[in-house]
Amino acid sequence: MSAERPRSPERPESVTFLGMPATRPFPRNAARAVRDSQLRFNLRKATRTIRARRASVVAEVPDWAALREAGRAIKDHTLRNLDRYLVQLEEAVTAAGGHVHWAADADEANEIVAGLVKATGETEVVKVKSMVTQEIGINEALLDHGITAYETDLAELIVQLGDDRPSHILVPAIHRNRAEIREIFAGRMAGWGRPAPEDLTDDPAALAEAARLHLRERFLKTKVAISGANFAIAETGTLVVLESEGNGRMCLTLPTTLISVVGIEKVLPSWRDLEVFLQLLPRSSTGERMNPYTSMWAGATEGQEFHLVLLDNGRTRVLADEVGRQALRCIRCSACLNVCPVYERTGGHAYGSVYPGPIGAILTPQLRGMGSELDRSLPYASSLCGACYDVCPVAIDIPSVLVDLRARAPHPWPERAGMAAAGWVLRRSGRLARMQRIGGRLRNLAPRRLPGPLAAWTDTRDLPEVPRESFRDWWDRTDGGRR
Amino acid sequence: MSRSRDLILARVRRAVAGVPDVEVPRAYRGPSGTPGEIRLFEERLRDYRAVVHVVDEAGVPERVARSLAERGARRVAVPGGFPAAWTAAVRAERVADEPPPTAAALDALDGVLTTCAVAVAETGTIVMDAGPGQGRRALSLVPDYHLCVVRAGQIVAGVPDAVARLDPLRPLTWISGPSATSDIELNRVEGVHGPRTLEVLIVA
Repeated sequence: MSAERPRSPERPESVTFLGMPATRPFPRNAARAVRDSQLRFNLRKATRTIRARRASVVAEVPDWAALREAGRAIKDHTLRNLDRYLVQLEEAVTAAGGHVHWAADADEANEIVAGLVKATGETEVVKVKSMVTQEIGINEALLDHGITAYETDLAELIVQLGDDRPSHILVPAIHRNRAEIREIFAGRMAGWGRPAPEDLTDDPAALAEAARLHLRERFLKTKVAISGANFAIAETGTLVVLESEGNGRMCLTLPTTLISVVGIEKVLPSWRDLEVFLQLLPRSSTGERMNPYTSMWAGATEGQEFHLVLLDNGRTRVLADEVGRQALRCIRCSACLNVCPVYERTGGHAYGSVYPGPIGAILTPQLRGMGSELDRSLPYASSLCGACYDVCPVAIDIPSVLVDLRARAPHPWPERAGMAAAGWVLRRSGRLARMQRIGGRLRNLAPRRLPGPLAAWTDTRDLPEVPRESFRDWWDRTDGGRR
Repeated sequence: MSRSRDLILARVRRAVAGVPDVEVPRAYRGPSGTPGEIRLFEERLRDYRAVVHVVDEAGVPERVARSLAERGARRVAVPGGFPAAWTAAVRAERVADEPPPTAAALDALDGVLTTCAVAVAETGTIVMDAGPGQGRRALSLVPDYHLCVVRAGQIVAGVPDAVARLDPLRPLTWISGPSATSDIELNRVEGVHGPRTLEVLIVA
């Protein structure tokens, strides 16, 4: 999508909440994270495993490039006609016996959900792992209303029991290894329900079994569930949730009330479009030909009461930006995290948002605005190597958006002064030659590290050595090396 | 509530005003119309560590009975519409799904027998649509063992074939192997909340 270029304002009209407070800038978070050798080991092992798996299942699909191109175009077409498809989705869900609610921001979505839960008289809900409910901080908001939300995805359970924060889109506890998970289960499960078995080991199968036992009773008795959705089909009102463990099916099937909170960009025009996305998503995210379970339902199903909450929370602001709007194509597969050399070393917490990694570096500052130091620093959390673009199943050109956002963030005065001086020198060849000669003569005075506010630049780089003689002077003196 | 609806729709319209539309190129492999290969389906299922048998129509009753006996299943759910002939040799107690058993009752069962709506060879997937022989969604979820009988004619080649055959207004469950997780160091572990054992009988 191109044409004219409406720019989103640098500071949003309201601050969009993204599940975590925007605090220290990325370089400071990253510096701390890379000193944690356990974290680096865990991340390295996990990202390498999943990269290899993704590469092998993508390679066996002969028409991957065509699927990716179709995925990109379907998303762009949907975004272009989003108003029409949202209204169509609302009609289809309503016709199928569901109720549709609209939330302009996180607070409104949380209020709607809290109201719906209260209307059932229940004080406990089970949750399917969903990025959007993390984004709006629904667990904390519900707690203010006296409602306890229980996470049921294994990784989310690890995060919730460990009083931790998610660090990956697909595997929120990727920063934890099996020994750490055993500790969390053994120490914390009892406080939330059925305790972990006495003889719990750090064998992944034993840990999965402990989670099964811990949650089983909860699934059987909880009356309200909250989910997100991977896709919502405008044509039919069908919602789609992909998962692996069966916790999703438990939450979507057993409770008598189901509330799904879905970002407005999740809509797809037609049923047929799933033939593209059901191939792109599992192979890109878990590196499987197909994830173990996918649930699809339209409206009120098998006697259940169904509510769909459509959420904006900054998305329309992103949509207004000609370059940045492609971030809304994202299907949250997390392939870009797994290939990113920066993410592999810093982990997800450094990004200060529920959306980490390359996609987070473009999505977070756009959704939240660039008011904080952290959000201004995120477009720099990249070496611009482009690996994220290569693996993206909907061809989001993340490096281009990063560069665009960098240009938009206000730059510190020493950088602006330096660039202005360099521009002045480079504008005239005579000026450049004179400066090069002066530089050559003073070369022994050149510091190894820059002073004052410029030190930040040399903290992570070596200053280039100033040569004795410039290239032009050498050329003139030797006639291009002939003398 | 409708105030936010109008607000969001107005913001969307403002954001995309003047932006040209996009044609969707569909150069990928669409529905092939050809049947899915049994061998490929079988192989893909085994990759997920599902248990697979290929039998002829006459061999189904005995295979079903043997699988349940090997499992030691004493009480199994058999949804309405599941061919009666297929359970003729079954010794285990058969529990009907009408009226729907409670979740706790399902939890006390040893397994469930179902058919399916369609299966996908390329991805080793079974799709259930709550039609005859499949029952409500909870039926194939809560018990720890799921035995699914798939007729060869239900196996399609790829995902686009399956999407074309299914009704989007029915509750659909796509199943690819037993319940699994990759949440611990990204290693796949079979068996979390869904059935930990998936056994598939292909009737060829």
